[in-house]
Amino acid sequence: MAGEKGTGIATRIFIHFILVLGALSMLLPFFWMITTSLKTYTDSVQIPPVWFPKHPDFTWYPKIFQQVPFGRFYLNTIWVTVGRAVPQVIFCSMAAYGFARLRFPGRSVIFICILAILMVPSQVLLIPQYFEMVRFHWVDTYKALIIPGIFSAYGTFLLRQFFMTLPKELEEAAVIDGCNPWTIFWRIMLPLTVPALAALTFFVVLWSWNDFIWPLVVTNDEAMRVLSVGINSLQGVYTSQQPLLMAGAVMATIPLLIFFIVLQKFVIKGITFSGIKG
Amino acid sequence: MSLAKEPQLVLSRPAVKSALRTREMLWGYFFIGPVVIGLLIFTIIPIFASLVLSFSNWDGSSEIKFIGLHNFFQMFSDKVYIKALKVTTFYTVVTVPITIILSVVVAVLLNRKMRGRDVYRLIFFLPSVTMPVAIAVVWKWMYNGSNGLINFLLSTVGIDGPNWITDERFILMSVMIIAVWAGIGYNMIILLSGLQGIPDTYYEAASLDGATGWQRFVNITVPLLTPAIFFVMVTSLIGAFQVFDLVFMLTPQATGGGAGGVLQDATRTAVYSIYQNGFTWFKIGYASAQAWVLFVIIFLITMAQMYLQKRWVHYE
Repeated sequence: MAGEKGTGIATRIFIHFILVLGALSMLLPFFWMITTSLKTYTDSVQIPPVWFPKHPDFTWYPKIFQQVPFGRFYLNTIWVTVGRAVPQVIFCSMAAYGFARLRFPGRSVIFICILAILMVPSQVLLIPQYFEMVRFHWVDTYKALIIPGIFSAYGTFLLRQFFMTLPKELEEAAVIDGCNPWTIFWRIMLPLTVPALAALTFFVVLWSWNDFIWPLVVTNDEAMRVLSVGINSLQGVYTSQQPLLMAGAVMATIPLLIFFIVLQKFVIKGITFSGIKG
Repeated sequence: MSLAKEPQLVLSRPAVKSALRTREMLWGYFFIGPVVIGLLIFTIIPIFASLVLSFSNWDGSSEIKFIGLHNFFQMFSDKVYIKALKVTTFYTVVTVPITIILSVVVAVLLNRKMRGRDVYRLIFFLPSVTMPVAIAVVWKWMYNGSNGLINFLLSTVGIDGPNWITDERFILMSVMIIAVWAGIGYNMIILLSGLQGIPDTYYEAASLDGATGWQRFVNITVPLLTPAIFFVMVTSLIGAFQVFDLVFMLTPQATGGGAGGVLQDATRTAVYSIYQNGFTWFKIGYASAQAWVLFVIIFLITMAQMYLQKRWVHYE
């Protein structure tokens, strides 16, 4: 860490000036999102703009639930996110443990296949996966939104690398005591993996919550829409009611923000350990 | 070869040993089973299906006819597709360097003991945890030509702002500004961890030798930060070539030949083109072929970076 000793007062002021300017331009869209969602319609289209609404209008928030099935979008998103994240973290950590610690024929070949999958971009999969959903009659169902999003080569690889860093001595006593691999995995390995699991969980939740192209493609029915697709479709219809759209955007953002602030420590460590793409 | 197994191996007879092996094998398949089966159904089979489809002219419903390499040849003469590749390349070549430079500046400024460091870090990271559609909705409103905040701010300094997202000359730039804004935070985290790996002693030694702050930055910080910059560059380029969400959300989904057509021509990226061919025009075979071409482009660029890294990346 470069100390601040050597820096003159003028330089320090300059640095803070740049940072404040940067932070303000980062925050401006968020500020605008929140204040617009609290403006009356007339205030929202004023030029020069109303920076702080004098008479905050809180009615847009209930309105969005009445005018569109926003509650449904919300529950769909929560269900899809939980439905993907919980099994994914469990299955990935199981597979990671298997690849890191157990010996069985074909282990390295299968693992290399998983590494190869990491290289294939999602666009290649999009079209055939969609027709797979058509073939399974899963279009417009939760199955299509959730199940293909559960199995992750990335999560498996990430956790396997993490398991490899744990010393084997940890399990030895348990092996000698005759514990089976499930007990060792569940009682000894998983508790040691909590930081990595927390980071993976955060990113799976982030990707599922914000996922756009897949729900866009596999749902047509309005009742099956998730927040990202739902809000996007509102854009065209409610162009004249910006505060309504902003209320939706605020509500779609807040849960993840809280989740991030809670898990921040693990997330930052996870990014620097693996370079997970946020 | 776990040490723990050795006492057992010494004590046990071959039959017991092989029973143990079988048990471990069954446990192994049990542990990897769910992921392997899931990936087989939802990833590996689709990969091969996509490859097969790319040699066909399937429209999604009628019988599949194979047309050899026709789809791949067609791309070379398809003006819409070539334009899409140009747009994608332009988007990448502009946004990636600008985002990386700004990320380095922010990371370097934040890599010092100072008040409010964690708050700054959180603020710059905010867009990375925000739903893209929320970002799109608010930026669209700020970009609005007549009631938008951005043109108001420009007017206070005497600039008459354009119709950012309804003018085909500005819409791509509008998307790119958002991409830079949203991309700084994630890169900053990686670069900060790179900076924290540079030992203080280097700076101290340089100071004793009378190096100025700028000299220390150029001769110590930059070279030792190149591995982190390299990593950020590889992931940013891959991401930029796959850009879709923001572009799609900011472009009007025109039916027919209205103004949306012109705007779509201005913003259609490679992935947007795949989406349109596949799900709007039902040219499934052609869309699959485009997806593979994009994969090959990304793959070659990544390999080229790997090859070129020894020219400029400084590993200790």
